[in-house]
Amino acid sequence: MQPSAILIDRKDNVATALRQLQQGDSVQVGIEDYSVTTPLLQDIPFGHKYALKDIRKGEGVIKYGETIGLATEDIQQGQHVHVHNIESQKGRGDKK
Amino acid sequence: MKFMGYRRSNGKVGIRNHVLIFPTIVCASEVARMISEAVPGTVYAIHGCGCGHVGADKEQVIRTMVGITGHPNVAGVLLVGNGCELITPEVIAEELAPIGQRMEIVSVQGNGGTTRCVEDGKALAHKLLAEASTATREPVEASELIVGLECGGSDAFSGLTANPALGIASDMLVADGGTAIFSETTEMLGTEQVLGSRAADPQVKKRIYEIINAAETKAKTMGADIRGTQPSPGNIAGGLSSIEEKSLGCIRKGGSTTIMQVVDYAEKPTKKGLIIMDGTALDVMNNTGLLASGAHLIVFTTGRGTPVGSPIAPVMKVSTNSVTYNKIKENIDVNAGVIVDGEGTLQSVGQQIFDEILAAASGKQVRAEVLGHREFDIHSTTVV
Repeated sequence: MQPSAILIDRKDNVATALRQLQQGDSVQVGIEDYSVTTPLLQDIPFGHKYALKDIRKGEGVIKYGETIGLATEDIQQGQHVHVHNIESQKGRGDKK
Repeated sequence: MKFMGYRRSNGKVGIRNHVLIFPTIVCASEVARMISEAVPGTVYAIHGCGCGHVGADKEQVIRTMVGITGHPNVAGVLLVGNGCELITPEVIAEELAPIGQRMEIVSVQGNGGTTRCVEDGKALAHKLLAEASTATREPVEASELIVGLECGGSDAFSGLTANPALGIASDMLVADGGTAIFSETTEMLGTEQVLGSRAADPQVKKRIYEIINAAETKAKTMGADIRGTQPSPGNIAGGLSSIEEKSLGCIRKGGSTTIMQVVDYAEKPTKKGLIIMDGTALDVMNNTGLLASGAHLIVFTTGRGTPVGSPIAPVMKVSTNSVTYNKIKENIDVNAGVIVDGEGTLQSVGQQIFDEILAAASGKQVRAEVLGHREFDIHSTTVV
C-alpha cells in the first residue's frame, strides 16, 4: 500500500505528505516499531507538513531530528505546518 | 562487517585495481587518451589544469592530482607531461614517491613528439598492467572503507527518500568504524547551528561556521545573495518552510553522527567517522575532490537522474523517485522511490544502500562502471 506521509526521524514533531491529503483523513506514519496516527484538521498538499502533536508557540518544529524553525503560534496536532505558523531562525529572504 | 579489497604495499586498501594514464597538463590530454585507448584495461582521466595556477589554487590542484594518481584504487599510474608546464609529471612523482605509488613517466618533449611518446607510453602501460594483474583481493574490515556522499539533480523527493536513506547507510558505516565524507558547502547554509552542535570539538565547530560563511560571502561577491533568496517561492509552494529545512534535506545524507573533522577540497581526513569536505556544487569536480580526499567510492543521490561515473572509482546512483528510475533504469543502482510506492521503507532502503556499498567495494560493478562512465574534472579557482 502506498504510504500517505513520511516520518524521517523519531524525534520529529511533523510528518510530510507524500500525496495530496484531505481534512478528516487519519494518517499513520512510523519508523520500525514506533507509529503515530494523526487525524488531519486541514488539507495537506504533497510535500507539505502536518503536526504529529501539539506544538506550543515558540517551540521548535522538528524535522530530520533537528529544529527547522520556531512555531509563531500554537499549532494543534493535525494542522498544516508551514511559513504561516513557523519561522526560520535564520531569517527569510522573501520576507524583508 | 568485511569486504574484499586490495591491500597495497603501503598498507592502504583499494577497491579497484586500475592502471591510470594521467596527463599532468591539459596539453598532454590527447596523448594520454591515445595511450589508454591503445592499451585495453587501462583508464585515463583528462582535465583542463596544469599551468597558470598560483598560490592556494596551485596547492589545491597538485593535492588533487596527487590524491587521484596515488589513490589506492590505482595499482599503477603513467604520468604524461608535455615538458614546459607548471605541474610536470616530476612534480607529482616527487609527492607520490613517499607513499610508494608505482609510477612511470613520459612526456611529449622528452620522448620526442606525439608518436614516440604514445609508443613509449604504451610499453610502460603494458608493464604496469602486467604488474597490477598479480594483485588479489583479501578480507578487509569495513572500518577501513571511506565513502563519499554526493547529490545532484535534486527534486522534491530528495530530502524525503534518497538522502535520509543514504543517511541511514552512512550511520551504519560509521557504526562499523568506517568513514563517510559529505560536502557541497553551499547546501549547508542555514544549518550552522545544527551542524555545529554535532561537531566533535570547538575547533571543528569553528571550521563549520567558517566554511559556510565563506561560501555565502563568495556567492555575494558574485552578486548572489544565497541566504536572502532561500527558500525560493517555488520551494515554499513545494512545502519547504525554511532554509534550515531545505539544507537539512540535503545534508541528511550524511546521517546523524558526530562530525569529526572538516577538510579542504581533496584534503585527506586524519579522523574516521563523519567528515565534511569543503567542496564545490559542481558534481563531477566535487566527486574528484571526494576521491582525492580518500573516498574509495561515491554514493550519489539524484532526483532528475545523472549518468556520471569516475575513471578510478564506483559512483553508485540512488534515485529519489520511481518515475526517474523507470526512465533511466540502466543508470540507477538503488531506487529509493520504493519508499513512496509502499514497497520499502527508509530503513530497508538504507540497509540496501549499505549492502550495495560493501558489494561494490568487493568488486561488484556499479551501473556507471558497466556503462563506461568515466567523467572527470579538477576544481581550479585561479588560473591566470
